[in-house]
Amino acid sequence: MKAVSKIYMALAFVFLFAPIVLMLVFSFNDSKSLSVFAGFSLKWYRELLRDEQTLTSVKNTLILALSSSVISTVMGTAAAVGIDKIRSKWYRTAIDTVTNIPMVNPDIITGISLMLMFVFVGRIFGASTSLSFWTMLIAHITFCLPYVILQVLPKLSQSDRALPEAARDLGCSPVQAFFKVQLPELMPGILTGLIMAFTLSLDDFVVSYFTAGTGFQTLPIRIYGMTKKTVTPKMYALSTLIFFAVLILLMLSNLADRDESKTVKKHKKTK
Amino acid sequence: MNSSAVKEKSSALQRFLAAPYMVWAVLFILVPLVFIAYYAFTDDNFSFTFDNIARFFNATSEITAESGEVTEVRTYILIFRRSVRLAVISTLICFLLGYPVAYIISRMKPRTQKTMITVIMIPMWMNFLIRTYAWMNILQDTGIINLLLVKIGLQPFHIIGTQAAVVIGMVYDYLPYMILPIYSVMAKLDVKLFEAAHDLGCTSFGVLRRVVFPLTMPGVISGITMVLIPSVSTFYISQKLGSGKFFLIGDAIEGQYIANNLHFAAAIAFIMMIILLAAMALLRRLAEIKFKGART
Repeated sequence: MKAVSKIYMALAFVFLFAPIVLMLVFSFNDSKSLSVFAGFSLKWYRELLRDEQTLTSVKNTLILALSSSVISTVMGTAAAVGIDKIRSKWYRTAIDTVTNIPMVNPDIITGISLMLMFVFVGRIFGASTSLSFWTMLIAHITFCLPYVILQVLPKLSQSDRALPEAARDLGCSPVQAFFKVQLPELMPGILTGLIMAFTLSLDDFVVSYFTAGTGFQTLPIRIYGMTKKTVTPKMYALSTLIFFAVLILLMLSNLADRDESKTVKKHKKTK
Repeated sequence: MNSSAVKEKSSALQRFLAAPYMVWAVLFILVPLVFIAYYAFTDDNFSFTFDNIARFFNATSEITAESGEVTEVRTYILIFRRSVRLAVISTLICFLLGYPVAYIISRMKPRTQKTMITVIMIPMWMNFLIRTYAWMNILQDTGIINLLLVKIGLQPFHIIGTQAAVVIGMVYDYLPYMILPIYSVMAKLDVKLFEAAHDLGCTSFGVLRRVVFPLTMPGVISGITMVLIPSVSTFYISQKLGSGKFFLIGDAIEGQYIANNLHFAAAIAFIMMIILLAAMALLRRLAEIKFKGART
């Protein structure tokens, strides 16, 4: 690699990581300043752990991300299997277009549109506020679904279509053929979809902001609230913890990836 | 039962698996969009009106310049044009910064490529609120950049609360969205093509302009889409880095939502959606024409 390229890449990484490194360092600052380092201290971490509201919001975020990703993965996988069987070209185009909408639309449109509907329906039933955990769950499932479907559909077209038929000929019931033969082939796509849905839900602020009730606060909404008021390094401590959680997750998924490619190679060798 | 009948039956059964999603998509993707239009064209009593749309185009406000001169402007037209201008500038900068990054990575060893892409994705995993907040602290008058400048004897500069700061925030937040799609197209290109162009007398820059760029056009288009859409509609970056002085279209929608003017919020969202759809269609059209032009 030429020297110019090396310097350019180095600068790009400095730009991408400078803010993160800065947060990391200043989360251990003894003073409240975010530009002068006054000495090492864990006091912001202690303060963070005493912050009930933030801890509750972490729990809420995990509950929401887990439930929305599991529901959207099950519904999305089923949908992909069904969509794959559709032969009418017009019908298929229509479904693909609708599936694309939440991915192409700005988050703010997805959020506002769902909020308007929830408020309207709530009003019909005479509720003062219809926004709650459930409206948020619906919203999260809605924006996760397309990503799951788009992960599973290509796996379906790559899979060997004769296999489930062979299983049927050999005496499997349709349900058995699906779960024993077809599903394992789709598994990598389903898992990627699940992980994508989970992280999208974890990270979402805009859609949550519009569809959240007052009773259920997720971490991004809590962060939004915290940054609206005065600056506190508690936020930096929180970001540092999130950063390491992300890093560990990424390393684990990379490791799993490597293992998978190794076992594939082994299989090929034994064949 | 013969085998084709079995096949028919099981595939009809499988088609039925999509039913829950279809119902869901209609209820929670299509119907909500209808609600945006419905709210945009009705008043508080839900009777039909053009008032919300008219307000978007006609509402005026007064701006006092530093000289004390007062000018009257169309509020939302001004906000809209500002949003588009800042988003286009940010997208352009993302492209200029990101394209070489994608290119350099695609020329590395496959193993290194994978690591590099993972590293580029790490900041994406941090919530954009946190990233923006960090930039706010960096760019402050008493932030780390200014402190360092003073330490080495230079003049500190004021950037927080300017449009430049908003652009920096947008570029930072969305740069990976530009790099990744361009890279994924570039990684699949055949190196032999470049060598052939070289052998036929193309300069390095010529190879880039005449061979690499046209072939990576699909990646560029999706990169542009993925940066332009969130930066046009953002509502947090401008509040934090622009110190609330440069309202963008997203801020306008959020402001009306907070003030509980749902019908006007819907009207702004409706207009934004229509214009974005038109812009995306146009972009795709342009790319098609360009692409065809490159081939002949």
